[in-house]
Amino acid sequence: MNGTEGISRRSFLRLMGVGATMSVLAACAAPAAPSAAPAAGGEAAPAAAVDGGKLEVFSWWTAGGEVEGLNNMFAIYEREHPDVEIINAALAAQGAGQGGEMKALLETRMIGGDPPETFQVHLGRELIDSHVVAGRMEPLDDLYAEEGYADVFPADLMNVILYDGHPWSVPVNIHRSNLMWYRPAKLEAIGASAPPASWDEFFEMAEALKEQGIPGISLSGSNGNGHTMESILLAVYGADGWPGLFDGTISWADEGVTRALEIMNRLYDYAQPDFLSQSGVDVNDNMINDDGPLLMISGDWLHGYFKSKEFTDYKWAASPGTDGIYLLLSDSFGLPKGVKYRDNAINWLKVCGSREGQDAFNPIKGSIPARTDLDPSLYDEYQLSAVEDWKTNILVGSLQHGAAAKQSFLLDYNLALNDMVATRDVASTQAALVVAAEEAAFGQ
Amino acid sequence: MANRTVSVSGERGLAASPAPITRKRWRRWLRGDMVLAVLVLLPSIIAVGIFIYGFIGWTFYISVSDWKTSTPDFTFVGLKNWTRLVNDFRFQMDLRNHLYYAIGFISQCIVIGFTLAVLLDQKIKGEALFRTMFIFPFAVSGIVTGVTWQWLMQPATGINLLFAKIGMGWFRPTWHANIEYGIWAVSIAAAWQFSGYVMALYLAGLRGIPAELREAAAIDGAGTWATYRYIIIPLLMPVTFTVFVLTGMNSIRIFDVVAALGGPGPGNSIDSLALNMFQTTFGAYRFSLGAAIGSVMMFLAIFLVVPYLMSMSRETER
Repeated sequence: MNGTEGISRRSFLRLMGVGATMSVLAACAAPAAPSAAPAAGGEAAPAAAVDGGKLEVFSWWTAGGEVEGLNNMFAIYEREHPDVEIINAALAAQGAGQGGEMKALLETRMIGGDPPETFQVHLGRELIDSHVVAGRMEPLDDLYAEEGYADVFPADLMNVILYDGHPWSVPVNIHRSNLMWYRPAKLEAIGASAPPASWDEFFEMAEALKEQGIPGISLSGSNGNGHTMESILLAVYGADGWPGLFDGTISWADEGVTRALEIMNRLYDYAQPDFLSQSGVDVNDNMINDDGPLLMISGDWLHGYFKSKEFTDYKWAASPGTDGIYLLLSDSFGLPKGVKYRDNAINWLKVCGSREGQDAFNPIKGSIPARTDLDPSLYDEYQLSAVEDWKTNILVGSLQHGAAAKQSFLLDYNLALNDMVATRDVASTQAALVVAAEEAAFGQ
Repeated sequence: MANRTVSVSGERGLAASPAPITRKRWRRWLRGDMVLAVLVLLPSIIAVGIFIYGFIGWTFYISVSDWKTSTPDFTFVGLKNWTRLVNDFRFQMDLRNHLYYAIGFISQCIVIGFTLAVLLDQKIKGEALFRTMFIFPFAVSGIVTGVTWQWLMQPATGINLLFAKIGMGWFRPTWHANIEYGIWAVSIAAAWQFSGYVMALYLAGLRGIPAELREAAAIDGAGTWATYRYIIIPLLMPVTFTVFVLTGMNSIRIFDVVAALGGPGPGNSIDSLALNMFQTTFGAYRFSLGAAIGSVMMFLAIFLVVPYLMSMSRETER
């Protein structure tokens, strides 16, 4: 009696032990499996349409116009390659910087040897330093030759695309960073007719506005003034000097950086009240408010935001002192090494680089195509003016948006500005930037 | 001595030296459920060994290596990352912030949680309703808490309007955007979320105090204040200790509320170690430095948890 009970209890425990082992094994296996749960892969693919394998597209496009634009490109791909199953692995843009969470997850998958067929990445140093230098990407020379991209992308853009003499991704769109969005009504309040063409002019206007209780500029408390700052740096150095900041020929201890920081430091005095409490969307909304400021330095996604809010009382110009320069950022797609369905990935890149693909994506996204041969009837007034500037201006890569410098420098740059809001001390901020530039080893 | 052992330990009087005793114990041990217990536990011991202690060791190893780009680099560099970390302004601010935050958060949680529990313990009507209401914020994620409080703490449109309405217009703090004291505002938001849970802990503790004790105190002529001061609060010390450890751990790993409130904030005023670690590691690809920050967080946690575990095991022995 006693014995039987003991045995049965033991065998019960043994079973439990086996069960526990199994569950641990299952738990171990789980992280290795590819992250399934794709976010609604566009249109539901027909059941039979899987013989051509899969195409996993990893991006941080989950909101409004961007996801519609992405779906438009998926539709083109499905029409041409109906046997391929598309997996839209999009992760909302959150965390540190644009697409922070997505980049973190992508990083773990790249390290783990499980890359998606293709992924969204800012053209330029962000792609180069994060993935190309680490030897994780395939060069795309054949694709560029086959599709003749060198003829349809502007030469200045090709300079941003090429690293080590090879292209590493295909740009889908172009955004412009150095734009000033202003409200004509606020200009009238001080009897001015044109927006400020230089920062000196701005400070004169801002002083006059201040007497009437109108803030001069919209700034955010933290994480965002790096955008305004890069336009000031560009105004100080011009298109010729700008690359020097990132190839080691101009030191960050230079007097020009001091001047730019002094302008930035002065701007805080003309920002909207309580700007330290505002970040991100708050700042955009602040621009729309009746008691909002004269202007805001922002990329052309702000245009899309204004449109979605049906706000119309605004105009745009290049940010003070940067007329004729196009500070660009671009979303692009690349080809990681060791993907399961390489052909599918290349076909996707062809859609990304095609005129049809770019014209399907950009009108809704609010950006302009990287190609110069777009269909003008699809784009709105701002976009057409941007296309015109795109053809005639000098193109340089944005710092704040991953084209000009590596990610680690970008973080240091933003943190240094973040400190300046608090300390209001130009010298210590510049010292921090000098250290950051040394660490980034520009030009080596 | 040996003889006595033999006589006590039983019938097989052969055991003249300690060795056979050990063997016999070993056999008895084998006969019992001990083997099975070990077997059953083994999978979790292995899993915990690899996935917790193994990775803690790995993190520490990374922190003394030279991995600062997207390419892993395991060259040993000694304490280079640690030196850099200690001299880093942001890291120093983080430590200051964690101290302020812990003081604010723990005291608010204990005071608010205890007060609510005592009020609910007065056998009031609709207790279940209030209990649910108070504990509800705990069901909300830290991100939601952070976003909501960011709106509430907008100086021009948030709770400051309430102060203005009741004639306190002069009281117009900038809350989390304050460069000096922003971190205290973060602790308010976090305490709002966590106090309900602390209340539940205290309520369970209060319900566990036998009614006889209160009656005895009443008979001895103790008023409400004296009852709480000399009976209830001392009896609730184990609960307070648990609450202290829980809120303390929370103070070390705070991330979501800070991130949603716009961290690291002007001049790193509301930054936390976890946010710093995340940005350093995945934002700047400084894996070694990030691992060093992670190790610091772990040491802080050890300082908090080890005394707790020791007191727990002492209690179990008793």
